[in-house]
Amino acid sequence: MTGIPENDLIAPASAADVDARAMDFILKRHLDDWSAQDRAEFESWLAQSFAHKAAYWRLQSVWSRADRLSALRPLSPNRPAPKTAPRRGALLKIAATVVLLAGAGAAAVAFMSNPAAKTYETALGERKNITLADGSRIELNTDTVIRADVNESRRTIELVRGEALFQVHHDAARPFTVLASHHRITDLGTTFVVREKPGRLEVALLEGQARLESESAKARSQQVAVLMPGDEAVATPQRISVTRKPVAGIRDDLGWRRGVLVFHRTSLSEVAAEYNRYNERKIVIADRSAAARTMSATLPVNDLDTFARIARNFLGLRVRESKDEIVISN
Amino acid sequence: MVETPNTDCRNVTANDSGGAERTLEVEAWFVREVLPLEAVLIQFLNRSGRSKADVEDLRQDVYMRVCAAAYKEIPNPARPLVFTIARNLLIDRLRHEQVVPIDVVENLDVLNVAIDERTPDRAVIAREELRKFQAALEKLPERERTVISMQKIEGLSTREIAERTGIPERTVRWSLNEGFRTLAELMLREPADIRRIS
Repeated sequence: MTGIPENDLIAPASAADVDARAMDFILKRHLDDWSAQDRAEFESWLAQSFAHKAAYWRLQSVWSRADRLSALRPLSPNRPAPKTAPRRGALLKIAATVVLLAGAGAAAVAFMSNPAAKTYETALGERKNITLADGSRIELNTDTVIRADVNESRRTIELVRGEALFQVHHDAARPFTVLASHHRITDLGTTFVVREKPGRLEVALLEGQARLESESAKARSQQVAVLMPGDEAVATPQRISVTRKPVAGIRDDLGWRRGVLVFHRTSLSEVAAEYNRYNERKIVIADRSAAARTMSATLPVNDLDTFARIARNFLGLRVRESKDEIVISN
Repeated sequence: MVETPNTDCRNVTANDSGGAERTLEVEAWFVREVLPLEAVLIQFLNRSGRSKADVEDLRQDVYMRVCAAAYKEIPNPARPLVFTIARNLLIDRLRHEQVVPIDVVENLDVLNVAIDERTPDRAVIAREELRKFQAALEKLPERERTVISMQKIEGLSTREIAERTGIPERTVRWSLNEGFRTLAELMLREPADIRRIS
């Protein structure tokens, strides 16, 4: 990597020039073939000044956010080819297509009773990997049930309960759809994880792009979100909200794929809830002050003994162990 | 009044800053903590009565120093650092230009009230974000709006946009560049500074 020159705190050019250059790199990178030479040029420019880095990060962040505009694009793979440039009204027309899509959810109800669907499930503490005929992969976490209906014309998965990670083999002619507690997730070529909880659904996106739509009758119209990498959506029957976290943070949440739980200053009440998803023997936090204590660790999903030791030795809490329970109190 | 942090970061280089991982950390922090302050920062810089280009250069200077400082240690919270740097830069400029008496410089502290303005919401509902983008697009000049819509909504390449609109490819590229930078300003400064751009 190139070092930053001594005068790294002298702005290299006017903000307008630096911003234009940063934007040029972004456009090149996303719209053109990005050659090794382009990349080298970009990286040396980036290393020249903190002003270059800041300009690039600033514009790139808005560029990524603007990908949400693709939610206005109709889902149909046969993209309508407008003969003329869109005029002022064009945005409104495209937006109307989205509203119509919400009505297409009726198909989901028919699917629920489809005998062709195949069921896969895991027991408490179990994990399972499935490869579908199209090459897409699904990883089931503990205590999970899915029904898969995959044929020449469609790929529809219903998450009945639990948590699953989907690595989708993109096929525009055969959309990959996940249905879960009154929501539908449609991939646009992607890796994402879906977790069903009482009264809510969590969707985190690692790669690519996916669309999350509400199918609940209670939802107002236009409940649709386009998810980008790092987005974590929480959907309830009333609304969908999206927060962004570093993809590394989402990977921590996916520790279960390696058989571990990753905690970063996680409260004991959350730690207990996580362990209890995997084990018959339950952790019970007996009082509120103990529940609010936090810990950071990476531990095997079934390693309750180490957890009990951390609680006792590092957090100084009282630990009572029995065959069915570990009770933690202050 | 916040204490003035050491913002002399001459000795920070990409080499001793922990490499690629550090860069990712600083980028994530910058996008999450600093960019949401842009609306208030611009408002603050505008009060010095400078031209638009001057204000943008000052913004660039602030971001550069903030990032340099963050490579050493990520400041938490970001807000006091950003505004201390901005205030010190303004004072430096004024001293350097020797156009204002010292008491005006001291009055710059009054500008610090900007620090207490509300923080923008961190968790943005996607639908709200989409609505904001649509509103910002509507504010762009016709050609820029057209090319950005075709790229971001329909996913067309520069060449496809040129073919459909009859606008030369180079012009399409430049309109994307200029249009997108304005769009970024609108998105990062809404609602505090939206008047100045149009």
